[in-house]
Amino acid sequence: MSPAAFLRDLFARPWIWAWLGAVAVWLTTAAVTQGQGAPEVLRAALTFGTFFVVVGIGQMFVITTGPGNIDLSVPATIALSGVVSMQVMGGQDARIVLGLAAALGVGLGVGLFNFALIRLLRIPPIIATLSAAFLVQSTAIAYGRGLRVRPPQAFSDFTTGSLFGVPLLALCVGGLAVAMGVVLHRTLYGRAVLAIGQNQRAARLAGLPVERVRCATYVLCAVFAGLNGALLAGFSGGSSLNMGEEFLLGSIAVVVIGGTSVAGGFANLPGIWGAALFLFLLVTMLNTFGAGAGVRLILTGLIIIAVITAAGGRKVGR
Amino acid sequence: MIALLLSRRTLRALLPAVSLTLLLGTIFWLQPRAMSYMGLNLLLNLAVPIALATLAQLFILAVNDLDLSIGAYVSFAACIGATWLNDAPLLGVAALAGCIVVYALLGALIHLRDLPAIVVTLGMSFVWMGCAVLLLPTPGGSAPGWIRAVMTWRPPYVPFAVLASVVIALVVHFGLMRTAYGAVLRGAGGNPRAVARAGWSLLRVKMTMYALAGLFGVLAGLALVGLTTSADANIALRYTLLSIAGAILGGAEFTGGRVSPIGAVLGALTLALAGAFLSFLRIPPDWQIGVQGGILILVLALRALIDRAGSARAGAAR
Repeated sequence: MSPAAFLRDLFARPWIWAWLGAVAVWLTTAAVTQGQGAPEVLRAALTFGTFFVVVGIGQMFVITTGPGNIDLSVPATIALSGVVSMQVMGGQDARIVLGLAAALGVGLGVGLFNFALIRLLRIPPIIATLSAAFLVQSTAIAYGRGLRVRPPQAFSDFTTGSLFGVPLLALCVGGLAVAMGVVLHRTLYGRAVLAIGQNQRAARLAGLPVERVRCATYVLCAVFAGLNGALLAGFSGGSSLNMGEEFLLGSIAVVVIGGTSVAGGFANLPGIWGAALFLFLLVTMLNTFGAGAGVRLILTGLIIIAVITAAGGRKVGR
Repeated sequence: MIALLLSRRTLRALLPAVSLTLLLGTIFWLQPRAMSYMGLNLLLNLAVPIALATLAQLFILAVNDLDLSIGAYVSFAACIGATWLNDAPLLGVAALAGCIVVYALLGALIHLRDLPAIVVTLGMSFVWMGCAVLLLPTPGGSAPGWIRAVMTWRPPYVPFAVLASVVIALVVHFGLMRTAYGAVLRGAGGNPRAVARAGWSLLRVKMTMYALAGLFGVLAGLALVGLTTSADANIALRYTLLSIAGAILGGAEFTGGRVSPIGAVLGALTLALAGAFLSFLRIPPDWQIGVQGGILILVLALRALIDRAGSARAGAAR
């Protein structure tokens, strides 16, 4: 392939823009601070970005199954799994695996509950996950009030540690993203998710197990949210009940900015990483400019709207 | 056949009223003293802003969209109410009018570019939050005297909260369900192509509906600040999910322009009463949102049962 064709091919990919944005914002920050602390900023972006990537991957699979599919129970699942995992670990290194399993178990339970509501009540997924979120969040509040268990030392070291200057967590989640990319593009399940998103009726007529795939997708999203809850609690020295809040809009934002189609059927995994880094670096850049929280929020919002306007909305004809 | 359909529809339409009556009845049974002018006023006071926000959400739902920014928007309106509207009334009114214009323009943008409303309003929620933080970085401000006077007005015989809910519900009901243009507005959600073929401008319909949502969001913010007397930037963030839940509880559906203003107000009242219900049962307030989720699931389950029984009977009759 000639370099020109390669570049054309590269720029035709929806995820490239999030990455270009991340690089541009990072370079601007570095230029303003004259290179001071640029590696540290990048390391921080990688660390904080991972949490958005984990939930973003799950949310992306859900969004890809078609219009109207969004999981609003992500923040509640994060809150509940955070407190449950810390409680099960009880600060002991020996029980880390047990705690992680408990966090994943919370995710499994919430995911199954979500799908049961969607199927049994025949309601749109947004409403089903919204109702489930109310219940799960309430459980987290009632169970977790006043509990503040510190994570085991080894777990806390793992979530904050780094290898050759790269955060360990970012390496692991990077691996996870690659694995999920393989799942999405190379397995029967991933192909079925894309097919259902493009045309659910055609997928059903083609004999795909549509409902089983949708169920697996909601479970996957909730399990990733559960995993994120445990990681976040380990990273911040204990769980807190509102630590999931920013992921309600954040998990959807990274998926959209990353180039995944909201109409479903077209997923974009590398874009999630790009978008997560971009959003964090943007906040850092505005901080170095001395902008307050208000300006940062407004710019984040305007960028989301600009991205979706530029992407041109629903390309899939229905 | 028609009679069957009718009874199914009436059953569905009665569901919000029945659930509210059951909840109120239980509260009165638990605490007979609540069955008084003062008691009802205390129980339902905070329901007025929730009902207004729910109606704002209803206008968006009627054109098959979903507004994820209504909570942040109501917070911002409340912040304007507690600052500019009090200190410089002209500026305050202009700012609130500007907000409504922005909503109308959002409707135009979403229609013209065929954008997913969920993502655009997701972006806008960051923007409104940012504006609110800029305007009121720390909780404070004070509501104008006339708003406080309206919200604490004590009409004879009927508590203000009840009177306001009835008036709001009836005004929107007649405007949206009983007028010719109201039918066009709802028709744009049910069958946009037919409405366009009949010569109506879909652009104008969308802009009208979004402007109405903006207007009711402003009213919700002002009503809220009249009750709390001061504002903060996060004062109404819960309203996003509450308003969706209230509208759905009241019989609205995600597609087809099927909405019910009276049902939405009843749904909002039901959700607002959930908290009081718990305190009368001596259950900790931790479970408040859990009960709201439970009520939502219960009502949706009943509705699914009605639908299923109806279609089974329709099938038998055929």
